[in-house]
Amino acid sequence: MAKFTLNINGKALEVDVDPSTPMLWVLRDHLKLVGTKYGCGIAQCGACTIHLGDTAVRSCMLTVSSVGNQEVTTIEGLSEHGDHPVQKAWLEVDVPQCGYCQAGQIMTASALLKQNPKPSETEIEMAMNGNICRCGTYTRIKKAVQLAAESGS
Amino acid sequence: MTLVTSKMGRRAFIKNTSLAGGGLVLGFNLLNSCKPKTTEAVVAELEMPKEWYEINGYLKIGDNGVVTILSPNPEIGQNVRTSMPMILADELEIDWKNVVVEQAPLNTDLYSWQVAGGSRSIMNSWESLRMAGATARHMLKEAAAQAWQVPVGEISAVAGVLSHEASGNSAGYGEMASLASQMEVPEEVELKDRSEFSIIGTSRKNVDGKKIVTGQPLFGIDVQREGMLIAGLAHPPAFGMKLKSFDAAEAKNMPGIRDVFSIKLYDEGFKKSAFHHTAFNELVAVIGETTWEVMQAKKALKIEWEQASESVESMSILGREMTVKHPTGMENSDTHNAKLKELNTRKGRVARKDGNPEAAFAKAAKIIERNYSCPFLAHNTMEPMNFFANVTEDHAELLGPTQTPEWMEPAVAERLGLPLENVDIQMTRQGGGFGRRLYGHFMVEAAVISQKMKAPVKLVYSREDDMSQGMYRPSYYATYRAGLDEDNNLIAFHVKAGGVPESPLFANRFPAGAIDNYLAEDYTIDSNITTGAFRAPRSNFIAGAEQSFLDEVAEEMGKDPIDFRLELLQRAKENPVGDPETNDYDAARYAGVLDLVREKSNWGQNESGVYRGVSAYFCHNSYVAQVLDMVMDNGNPIVQKVTSAIDCGIVVNPDAATNMAEGGAVDGIGHAMYSALTFKDGAPEQTNFDRYRLIRHSEAPKEIEVHFVDNGIDPTGMGEPPFPPIMGALANALYKATGRRHYHQPFISDRPPLVG
Repeated sequence: MAKFTLNINGKALEVDVDPSTPMLWVLRDHLKLVGTKYGCGIAQCGACTIHLGDTAVRSCMLTVSSVGNQEVTTIEGLSEHGDHPVQKAWLEVDVPQCGYCQAGQIMTASALLKQNPKPSETEIEMAMNGNICRCGTYTRIKKAVQLAAESGS
Repeated sequence: MTLVTSKMGRRAFIKNTSLAGGGLVLGFNLLNSCKPKTTEAVVAELEMPKEWYEINGYLKIGDNGVVTILSPNPEIGQNVRTSMPMILADELEIDWKNVVVEQAPLNTDLYSWQVAGGSRSIMNSWESLRMAGATARHMLKEAAAQAWQVPVGEISAVAGVLSHEASGNSAGYGEMASLASQMEVPEEVELKDRSEFSIIGTSRKNVDGKKIVTGQPLFGIDVQREGMLIAGLAHPPAFGMKLKSFDAAEAKNMPGIRDVFSIKLYDEGFKKSAFHHTAFNELVAVIGETTWEVMQAKKALKIEWEQASESVESMSILGREMTVKHPTGMENSDTHNAKLKELNTRKGRVARKDGNPEAAFAKAAKIIERNYSCPFLAHNTMEPMNFFANVTEDHAELLGPTQTPEWMEPAVAERLGLPLENVDIQMTRQGGGFGRRLYGHFMVEAAVISQKMKAPVKLVYSREDDMSQGMYRPSYYATYRAGLDEDNNLIAFHVKAGGVPESPLFANRFPAGAIDNYLAEDYTIDSNITTGAFRAPRSNFIAGAEQSFLDEVAEEMGKDPIDFRLELLQRAKENPVGDPETNDYDAARYAGVLDLVREKSNWGQNESGVYRGVSAYFCHNSYVAQVLDMVMDNGNPIVQKVTSAIDCGIVVNPDAATNMAEGGAVDGIGHAMYSALTFKDGAPEQTNFDRYRLIRHSEAPKEIEVHFVDNGIDPTGMGEPPFPPIMGALANALYKATGRRHYHQPFISDRPPLVG
C-alpha cells in the first residue's frame, strides 16, 4: 500500500492503495466516481476512458502510480452542470440505448474535439474506433460529435 | 373515447379503501410494506411537491401537479423506462414535462410480466398502462365533480388541468389529487381514441439521458453501500469440468481479502426453470474489499478441476417441460461442425410437410441446394454480470441488472431458505441485456455469498468470466433446397436445420404456406456448453439463411428479389397452403414492409458502384424489411446505408424506436460479419475483446433510415425484430459487391477471405 495525492476533476484527492492498482478501480472503488466504467480491463473497449491532461486514456490499464500530479478528468468532472458541448449534443441527438458505454464515448469525443475541433467523418470514426457500443448507437454518436463540433467553441 | 372494462391489471388500481380519510397521504405504500421504495427523482429540475397522493399502483400525484410514474419493467436499453410511462401519461392527460419516472421494484401482486424478454414489454402492458392512466384521470374528474357539485360528464381534463366550462371552475391535478385518491376505482374506463393521443406517437427523450451523460450511478455495477464487500467467482476453465478441490491459503493472505469459499448454487433436487440455468453449479468465491484486490486474489487460487459426468436435467420453460442432456467430455467447435454436417445428410425430424415434396423434387428440372452456418456467440453486454445482495437472517435485499426478476424470485427465496415475501428484488438500469440477463444465476450467487458473509456484497464478473461462463447463442447449421420446373417455377422447397444444442427451425414461418410442396426438418446435437436466448433467438440465424437463399432462388428464376417475395406472399394471402391458422405470419403485413422499403429505398434505381441487398422477416409479432447499400473501398466492403421499413403497430416513441432499429441493423451486421465464439477442449478460445470481435465505429453503416408502417394496430415487438433480417440483406449485398455468395458466418472469415 502507498499513499497518492491525485489531481482529479480539479480537486486534490488522497488514496492509500497498492501502486499497481489501475486508475479505473481507484476511481470506482476508492473515490466512488463510478461514471468511469469497467468493460474489459485490457484497453480494448473504451468504457473506462478518462482524460489525462487533454488526452483520452484507458484507465483500466493506467496504474495509479504512473499518474503523478497530472490533471485527471472523469465524466463527472467534464463540466460542472453537465453542459459540455459534447454532453449537450449527446442529449440533443438522444444517443444512448443502454447507456453503459456512453461516458467513455463522451470522454473520447471531447478529447478529440479539443485536439481537432472540426474533425472529418473519417477522423471521427478513427478517433472513436476504440470505443465499443454493444447496442450499436454508432451513427448517433457520429452525429452528436458533428453537432458538438458545430456548436462548440 | 372507447369505454373499456378495467379488468386488465386491475389489482394495481384497487386501493386499500379502509385507509381512506381526509387529505390522506398514502405515501405510495400500496407497494406492500416490505418492498423498499425507490425514490430517485429522474428529472432533477422539477420542483418536488410537499405531499404525494397515491392514485394507484402505477402513479402518485403531488400537491403541485407533478406526477410520478412507476415504470414496472427492466430497462436494458430498449427504452421502456421512457416509453412505458409515456403510455400512461397520455391516458392520464398530463403534460410530459411534469412527469417524474421511477423504476418500480418487483411486485408480482401489482404488475404482470416484469420481464425484459420476447420484445413484449410494451405489447403486454399496453392496455394495463393505458388503464392505469385512464382510471386515474377518471378519479380526478370525479374529485372535481364532487368538489364543484357538477356532473362528472361535464368535466374536462387537459394537460393536467380539470375544468368545468359552465361554472368557470378550473383546478390543476395537484389540487384535486387528495380527493381523487379517495375516489372509487371505476369499473369501466374511457380510453382515448388514437386520434386523441398527445404523447404516444411523439418523440420524447430518454428520461435517464442527463444521468447517463454525466456519469451518475445508474447501473448495478455502480451500487455502493456502507460496509459493502466485493465478490468474484472462479469457475471451471472449460465446459465439461467441475470443481474438485482448491487451496486458498495464498489468496486469503492477500491484501483486502476477507474470505474464500466454494458455493453451490442449487441443490440436486431443485426444480429449475430454464431461466435458472447456469454454466457451473459449483464455484469458488473470493470476497474482499475492492474489485482489483479480488481480481488479483482470484489469480492466486490453486484450484483442481475434474471432468464432470453425464447428466440429465428436467426444467420448465414458461409452463412447458423440457429435458436437457449434458454429455460428458470437453467439446470442440470443429467436432460440432463436423457432426452438424453429418447429421445434415441424414433425415431429420419432420416438423412440417405440405404436398409431396419428394415427388416434386424428383421431377424438378433444376434443384438449388445451399448450406448455411453460424458459430456460437457470447452476449457481451458492455456491463458484465453483477448483482448486489444484502441478506440478513430473515430478509434479502437484491439489487441489480436482471431481465427476469419475477422468475428468479422463487429460486433465490428457496436457495436462501426465506419466504418469498422476505425477498425484495429491485432493478437498476442495465448495461445491455440481449437475453443474457434472462438467466439470473448471478443474483443467486451474490445472495448466497452475502448470506454466508453476513454482509452486503456486490458480485462482479470480470469480462473473461462473463465471456467464458455464458449462456451463448447456439451454433446452427441449415440446408435449403428449392426445386424449379422447366419453366423456372418454384415447385418444391425444403429446409433442414439443426444446431448445438437446439435447432433454429421455424417450420411454419414464411415461405411455409406459399409453396405447394414444402418440407421442414430439424435435428439437434446435445452439448454441455450452456446456451440461451440471444436477441431474437433462432431467428437471429435462420432469417439471414432463408433470406439469402430466397435471393439466390429469385436470381435463378430471373426475378427481382422483392417481386419474388411479394408473389409468394400474395399466394400465402390468397390461397395459403395448409391450414391458414398454422402459418404464423400475416402475409399482408409482411408484404406491407416490403412495399414500404421498396418505395423508401428507391429500389430499382441503382447507382453505379452501389451494391444492394434486400431482406424481410417476421418475428416477435412484428415485420421488418431492410435494404442494405454497400460500396467497395480497396476491396473492403463498406455499408453505406441501411433503409428499414418496420411494422410494429403503433410506435410509442418514434425517435427511440428509430434508435432501436438503427442499433438492430448495426448489431446484425456486426455479428454476421465479425463475431464468433469457438471452443477448443471445452474452453472458449475468445475471452475478451482482443480476440472476440465486435463491430466498431468505422464498420457501422454510414447512414440508417427507419420508416414505420402507420396502421394503428396495437403495439407489437420492437427490440428484436430489426436484428435478424439485416443479416440476409448484408449477405445479398455482399454477393452483389464481390460476386461471391457468403454462407458461413462470420462472413469476414468465410473462405476465401473477403479482405486481407
